[in-house]
Amino acid sequence: MQPFIKSTGLVAPVDRVNVDTDAIIPKQFLKRIERSGFGQFLFFEWRFDEQGAVIPEFNLNKPRYQGASVLLSRANFGCGSSREHAPWAILDYGFNVVIAPSFADIFYNNCFKNGILPIKLSEEQVDDLFKRTEATEGYKLTVDLENKVISDDQGLSIPFELDEHRRQFLLQGLDDIGLTLQHADEISAYEAKNEKRLANVF
Amino acid sequence: MFEKIWNNHVIHSEAGKPSILYIDLHLVHEVTSPQAFEGLRMTGRKVRRPDLTFATMDHNVPTKDRFNISDPISKQQIDTLTTNAAEFGVKLYDLNTIDQGVVHVMGPELGLTHPGKTIVCGDSHTSTHGAFGALAFGIGTSEVEHVLATQCLQQSKAKTMKVNFIGKRPAGITAKDLILGLIAKYGTDFATGYVIEYTGEAITGLTMEERMTVCNMSIEGGARAGLIAPDETTFNYLRGREYAPQGEDFDRAVEQWKALTTDEGAVYDTEVDLDVATLVPQVTWGTSPGMGTGITSIVPYPEQLPTENERKAAEKALEYMDLAPGTPMTEIPIDYVFIGSCTNGRIEDLRAAASVAKGHSVSPNVTAIVVPGSGRVKIQAEKEGLDQIFTAAGFEWREAGCSMCLAMNPDVLQPGQRCASTSNRNFEGRQGRGGRTHLVSPEMAAAAAIKGKFTDVRNWEFKSEVTA
Repeated sequence: MQPFIKSTGLVAPVDRVNVDTDAIIPKQFLKRIERSGFGQFLFFEWRFDEQGAVIPEFNLNKPRYQGASVLLSRANFGCGSSREHAPWAILDYGFNVVIAPSFADIFYNNCFKNGILPIKLSEEQVDDLFKRTEATEGYKLTVDLENKVISDDQGLSIPFELDEHRRQFLLQGLDDIGLTLQHADEISAYEAKNEKRLANVF
Repeated sequence: MFEKIWNNHVIHSEAGKPSILYIDLHLVHEVTSPQAFEGLRMTGRKVRRPDLTFATMDHNVPTKDRFNISDPISKQQIDTLTTNAAEFGVKLYDLNTIDQGVVHVMGPELGLTHPGKTIVCGDSHTSTHGAFGALAFGIGTSEVEHVLATQCLQQSKAKTMKVNFIGKRPAGITAKDLILGLIAKYGTDFATGYVIEYTGEAITGLTMEERMTVCNMSIEGGARAGLIAPDETTFNYLRGREYAPQGEDFDRAVEQWKALTTDEGAVYDTEVDLDVATLVPQVTWGTSPGMGTGITSIVPYPEQLPTENERKAAEKALEYMDLAPGTPMTEIPIDYVFIGSCTNGRIEDLRAAASVAKGHSVSPNVTAIVVPGSGRVKIQAEKEGLDQIFTAAGFEWREAGCSMCLAMNPDVLQPGQRCASTSNRNFEGRQGRGGRTHLVSPEMAAAAAIKGKFTDVRNWEFKSEVTA
């Protein structure tokens, strides 16, 4: 996984609460057996109408938000299914940061496995970012994971909270299966101790 | 109870890092596993414990002519699971076995789900298994790979929430109404970061299948998992099942399982209450499971909601659902009925729906399908003649699978169609692009099929003869 250290990018707003994983990537696109190529289907039913034509009112279709890498949204982002296709689609589309007041657990966790940084800010801070994004065409944010700060070129600087382990995980682009396997002896010892139970013998 | 299960499975913990948690049971289906097996292949890793890993196919399976999968990508996903299970030595319940079915229906049926186990699956409705007092939760595909390779997960400990269901469950109020009522009251993220324990006489009085319905939708409240303390109902359900401990092992297991119950006076991080005695049958009106109300109520006026975000969300939802504020819930006509899913696709659900359908006819404006949760549910229902009751009333009787819960198979709503569904999510487009989903219990769904609109099943005219 690519390490995430610092990134500056255009902000694209999706102004809805409870953006669910069915909206992020509709189920008809879950049938691929690869991890790649999901970006074209991101928010598919909001981006395209039933005939496949672009819906110009949806923010991601507006010229001013092309090339965005920071996705700004509302509370309970990523609720619903556990499909990792949702972060795969977000990343493949070009986003590596999602900012919202809160995230659903499984989605939040899935982001870190894919080098996406989900940032929780207060409702007021998110509101302010929505206003700034709307007011300034080409509005960009710099996300500094090293120092846990978001900033813009208008003087805004917001510190954000992040679990230290998760921060290190992204900074170093770690392979967590490898990390767990460093404890292979402990896993084996646990299995030896619990082998009867695991074999349904009590 | 959560603490006890957690402590029994932590193999390593250090300050500032997630713990490494041992996983007792890993269930696998075709949608969230191909990239995980591919990851193993690329890194030269094996499945550490194929004996603790069980696979089935459910999401893509057609419910008519199931061996003839016309969508080539669906077929490829199913074929990929078959190949992966064979290559990595994982037991697969495929379309040729009677145990094939929705993973959260067939797992408990096989007796794989035990109190005190840690259970994961690449599926958010894994919370279903918490009904047995197991710590069960959904994971993403990277974690599926992690569990395949290590039989462990890195997990931060969740907080604990006690949900008190207060009072007796009135006649005509189902397990589905309990959980829909809870989410309607507290919202779709009230339990984010928590493991819920459901308590109260309304819970202990439920059958195992009803408990599964409640725990299934824990995720719809945002919870990591939902638990119900194991008791005689749990033990009686498990006794004699294929993967339950057998003979004296079972009796010794029961003694251990009894010890899992939360200690008297244990403190939860938070508690919430729901008054059961005043609940009425629930129907959702919006595009989030929390947007629900009683059948005796009306579609709400967005401007009366407390926050700006809720008002905006309700306006968007009502526009999508094509509903006018103030419409009585009993005045909403429907086009489609789906009875099935990991929430309500078990034999008791089908019995309940059949008792409503018996002797009546599906409204001419409605297409109604009944999709058993597993091959075994289907066979049992047919043994009891439920299929005859349904088909006589004009319902279609289908083969087992996830079907229209998420419409990855050919069972899809057309744009603008309105569906009474016993599933778990009413998100935009969930059952098909432009489709409008109302979540209800199996009884309410069957009654809606017959009336052509939602109706209060507490006033239902039950018939004892099939006359339609």
